[in-house]
Amino acid sequence: MNNAAKNKLKDNLLKYFGILCTLSGLIALAIFIIDILMDGLQRLDWEFITSLPSRFPEKAGILTAWTGTVWVFCLTALIAIPIGVAAGVYLEEYNKKGALANLLEINIANLAGVPSIIYGILGLEIFVRILNLGGSLLAGSFTLALLILPIIIVATREAIRTVPKTIKEASFALGATKWQTISRQVLPASASGIITGVILALSRAVGETAPLIVIGALAYVPFVAKTPMDEFTILPIQIFNWVSRPQHGFIINAAAAIIVLLGFVFIMNGVAVYIRNKAQRKGQ
Amino acid sequence: MKINIISVLTIGTGLLLAACNSGQQNNAGIDNRELSGAIQVDGSSTVYPMTEAVAEEFRTVQPKVNVTIGSSGSGAGFKKFARGETDISNASRAIKEKEVNACRENSIEYLELRIALDGIAIVVNKENAWLKTITTEELKQLWEPNSRVRKWSDLRAEWPEEEIQLFGPSTAHGTYDFFTEEIIGESGASRSDYNAVSDYNVAVQGIAGNENAMGYFGLAYYTENKDKLKLISVDNGNGAVFPSLKTVGDGTYTPLARPLYIYINKKSAKRKEVMEFVKFYINNAAKLSKDAGYIPLSETEYGNALTQLNAISIK
Repeated sequence: MNNAAKNKLKDNLLKYFGILCTLSGLIALAIFIIDILMDGLQRLDWEFITSLPSRFPEKAGILTAWTGTVWVFCLTALIAIPIGVAAGVYLEEYNKKGALANLLEINIANLAGVPSIIYGILGLEIFVRILNLGGSLLAGSFTLALLILPIIIVATREAIRTVPKTIKEASFALGATKWQTISRQVLPASASGIITGVILALSRAVGETAPLIVIGALAYVPFVAKTPMDEFTILPIQIFNWVSRPQHGFIINAAAAIIVLLGFVFIMNGVAVYIRNKAQRKGQ
Repeated sequence: MKINIISVLTIGTGLLLAACNSGQQNNAGIDNRELSGAIQVDGSSTVYPMTEAVAEEFRTVQPKVNVTIGSSGSGAGFKKFARGETDISNASRAIKEKEVNACRENSIEYLELRIALDGIAIVVNKENAWLKTITTEELKQLWEPNSRVRKWSDLRAEWPEEEIQLFGPSTAHGTYDFFTEEIIGESGASRSDYNAVSDYNVAVQGIAGNENAMGYFGLAYYTENKDKLKLISVDNGNGAVFPSLKTVGDGTYTPLARPLYIYINKKSAKRKEVMEFVKFYINNAAKLSKDAGYIPLSETEYGNALTQLNAISIK
């Protein structure tokens, strides 16, 4: 076998290995989704979505759980996006490179790897007790915002770095100030990257259970939250609670609730892709 | 975008409230002392289904009282209770010395009420033909720390020479504390080379799928999976006893039967809605404990609980 043939063989091997790797992930996901759909679809109806929790699996619904998840999603986004993006912009555009900058950078990268339950403990002390927010939606959202801030900051910085230097220089050359350059050139040009990062971070937040259990999110809440100071429950907690119950009917309910949560995350990702595509077209 | 979501939510909430209000009017005729307020409950995940059942029924009588229940575990529940953050604490074990002190430090006075009984079931695979009854001594040999028992034949010579697959709750569970306390004699002392589960349904699946598996968990998990599991009777020296409504209720299934508790903050109990809720709890505990998979206490014990409650409300 000559060298060219060998290399071609290697090429092909790598290609098929790549296909295999891709498929293994997809197949696992497909099996999971099919299994969940088979269990849960029969239970999924309007009544399930609009009913309060109950001890009878066939009467129980997820109204308080999904509204809690929507509340937490919105509040977390409102808190985390401005802070995260502003921090990213500062670190990338204003912060002088040096020892302090390096320290900050390492710390933020490390924060992204801290187990989520640690944020829960932090949130319990700071938001629930010191700031006296109690086990409220606001305390939960602040905690989740902390959790996803590092991801948003890193994503923002990466996105800003991809903006060509020439655009900034051209803006400065025309007499624009730093803020004008950032707000009119840099941010619009990096918007798609930032939004992708934000949505990935928020999707993670929506699936988190551990930190919210620590701060005191509940399992049984018979009313829909009306203000950010209300107590709450969320879909993952409801699912977790049902999965561990002895009655088989609750397992079916859990599967149905998982479908709703999956649907929510899919829709959010869809919205993200839509906004990103729009931003990209505008950027060009 | 975001504003839209919130406004939709607000409108949805409004509609829901309207729906709730119309429901209340129907009830108003039945109960002329309509209470309102919020009651916070947290604690044991074992007691959770029981308190959930009570809260659900209580809503039909007092729809304006919002009862919220967490299930962070007995220990975590007591921590909040001792800080005065909850009105009622669910517990699958009695309060510990340390927790009593914590309550005292924050001058939290409380009332302890037993609300039901729970049996711990010892179960094996359906195909297991040799095991019908096990003594507490054998359970100790099997579960004690650094246990040498690997195969069934290590327990009794006539049993097969097959390795035992053990399933049990993880250390965070009250069930684990209770089992080790009763069988080994020291809370938390257990061999560690078993499949520790945080979700009992995993143990049910594991035992149902392996001929040499054995495990322990709350009786309700056996009752709901009778077709997949085989229940083992336990012999404590006074003959073999199967856990059941009767044997757990009359105390013959020892030592693996335990009481479940609620702890009530006495200051909270002065609030009318809390007192009504706890009275409702005790009055309906016998019926609702069966729904939750637990075993009711005797009539006299519930009667005593009511007397204790009345004593507080008079003060």
